[in-house]
Amino acid sequence: MIAFAIDSLPLTVPPTASGRDGGRRRRRPAVLPGFATSAAITSIVVLSLIVFPLAVLVLRAASLGPGGFLAAAWTPRARAAYAVSLGASLIAAVLSSVLGLVVAWVLARIRFPGRRLLDALVDIPLALPTAVAGLVYSSLYVPKGWLGQWLVPLGIKGAYSYLGIVLVLVFVSLPFAIRVVQPVIESLDRDTEEAARILGASRLQTFLRVVLPGILPAFVTGFALSLARALGEYGSVVFISGNMPFKTEIAPVLIVSRLEEFAYAEATTVAVLLLAMSLTLLIVVNTLQQRLARNAQ
Amino acid sequence: MPRLLALVALGLAIVSVAAGCSGRPRDAVAGIDAATPIELLNVSYDPTRELYRDINQVFARHYAEVHGRAVDIKQSHAASGSQARAVIDGLEADVVTLAVWPDVEAVTKAGLVRSDWEKRFDNQSVPYHSVVVFVVRKSNPKGIKDWPDLVKGDVSIITPNPKTSGNGKYSFLAAWGSVLATGGGEDDAKAFVTDLYRRTPVLDTGARAATATFSQKGIGDVHLTFENEAHLEVAESGGELEIVYPPRSIRVDPPVAVVDTNVDKKGTRHAAEAYLGFLYSPEGRAIIAKHHYRPWGENPPPPAVGEAWPAIVAFDISLLGGWEAATPKFFGEGGVFDAIYQPNGG
Repeated sequence: MIAFAIDSLPLTVPPTASGRDGGRRRRRPAVLPGFATSAAITSIVVLSLIVFPLAVLVLRAASLGPGGFLAAAWTPRARAAYAVSLGASLIAAVLSSVLGLVVAWVLARIRFPGRRLLDALVDIPLALPTAVAGLVYSSLYVPKGWLGQWLVPLGIKGAYSYLGIVLVLVFVSLPFAIRVVQPVIESLDRDTEEAARILGASRLQTFLRVVLPGILPAFVTGFALSLARALGEYGSVVFISGNMPFKTEIAPVLIVSRLEEFAYAEATTVAVLLLAMSLTLLIVVNTLQQRLARNAQ
Repeated sequence: MPRLLALVALGLAIVSVAAGCSGRPRDAVAGIDAATPIELLNVSYDPTRELYRDINQVFARHYAEVHGRAVDIKQSHAASGSQARAVIDGLEADVVTLAVWPDVEAVTKAGLVRSDWEKRFDNQSVPYHSVVVFVVRKSNPKGIKDWPDLVKGDVSIITPNPKTSGNGKYSFLAAWGSVLATGGGEDDAKAFVTDLYRRTPVLDTGARAATATFSQKGIGDVHLTFENEAHLEVAESGGELEIVYPPRSIRVDPPVAVVDTNVDKKGTRHAAEAYLGFLYSPEGRAIIAKHHYRPWGENPPPPAVGEAWPAIVAFDISLLGGWEAATPKFFGEGGVFDAIYQPNGG
């Protein structure tokens, strides 16, 4: 009886967690009037602010022709830089989304003094100019810094290293991971968890079978946003990475180098390639997210 | 659906009208009314902020006395190369006062400055100089006196990336030239700079970031930088840092130019030319010296009363073949600097 109950337990997902697919079935009169107006505004905004500038970017890069494009964007040094950019961003996104889940859970579920303050502090990385974050982090982790004087003798170099890049990328992407998951946890139906426990599920079973499926789509979205944020970051990274070619040089530094030579088209090739890689990664993650959301329903 | 299309069309119309407004020519607005001040925009690079703040004040007073017109000078500061690009892309600078010759030349190539700009002011339009010097830690523990000392023992060096920073370019060229100037050949110079950059643990993208790495974060034994920047850095360190003048170094030549297209459009040529000319006047030279730039010309005023300019043998870019040859050779894609970082390469 009990085993049966657990297996067939309906995975109730609150409306907020159901993702974008929830809106599809709607065919009754819309609450807000003016579909045409809003559609026009949306398309103008998306076209003029996102599509148009990106099209110009691609056109500039295309002016070099396929051979010129590859010669500018696929040098050994550029490949090393893409690897650093993508690799560090992926690591940072994994760390951010896992840490973000823990922080979001605590903020959503546990009442303790200072919770509101902590909750507000989460947004700080969004408001702080990221160059400041890069400068502060690097001065903390240099051999004479507050943390560096203890960590560097242990062989942990947090400034002018790959680790440094990951550290600042976690800093800038963490708010996204937290803020996406937090409202979903808040809206989880606690009765379902209690029911699962009453029906004999262990804590782990309850978490894996009841809680996790509800959170997972938001968790993946948080991962995707963190990844996107990390891939685009420049300001903080250049202050902590040391920018050593083949080791800690990120792709945007190459773009700046080429701009310094007034080689606009060559600079845009690197940007276009980085953009294409980021887009591919984001599409993969989004597809995964949608599949999870559908399964959850 | 027709309504939707109409709305899209309306939106596009609004966007294009807005774009049209910002592009409207502002011809001769400044030249008509004597009561409204003439507005000048000086587009410069990072370390000149304090210098031009002083210059602007004194020049405005001077111009009002002589020509009876008020001048309001705005200044813009960022990395020299990106400032040149901003002017090329439409920032309406009346004058550019940039770090390196190639940046002004890029504005010229874009058709905004006439090609004879170097002849319009004395000394190829370079009103002041600097030199690349060493900043070391208190009492110079590594005993760094000259260029060869940089690659002895475990000396570690801070200098920004020459590909992204004018300051970095000059430091690279100073190191290279120091070998040539003492009788070395190209191969010796290459070996020297390769050793030097292998000892550079951080390649900051700009001059001020490199200063922070050296002075605030305590990385490295010696920081290569301009004399004027070195004075600021040492003054702020509270006795923790000192300047070392190597026997010889490169002369830094930051050029200035009137942006012809913009001043003709705005009717500000007279004031813009007077402004750059002021940099050569006794008053202008005194302010320049106060900020530790070396004014051009005979008997330059000292940085402070009773203080003399330290002697240094300065070579210039011509030792390295001139900017036009040196820029692609050293800093172009696949150039000498890139080769230093090729794995298993020179």
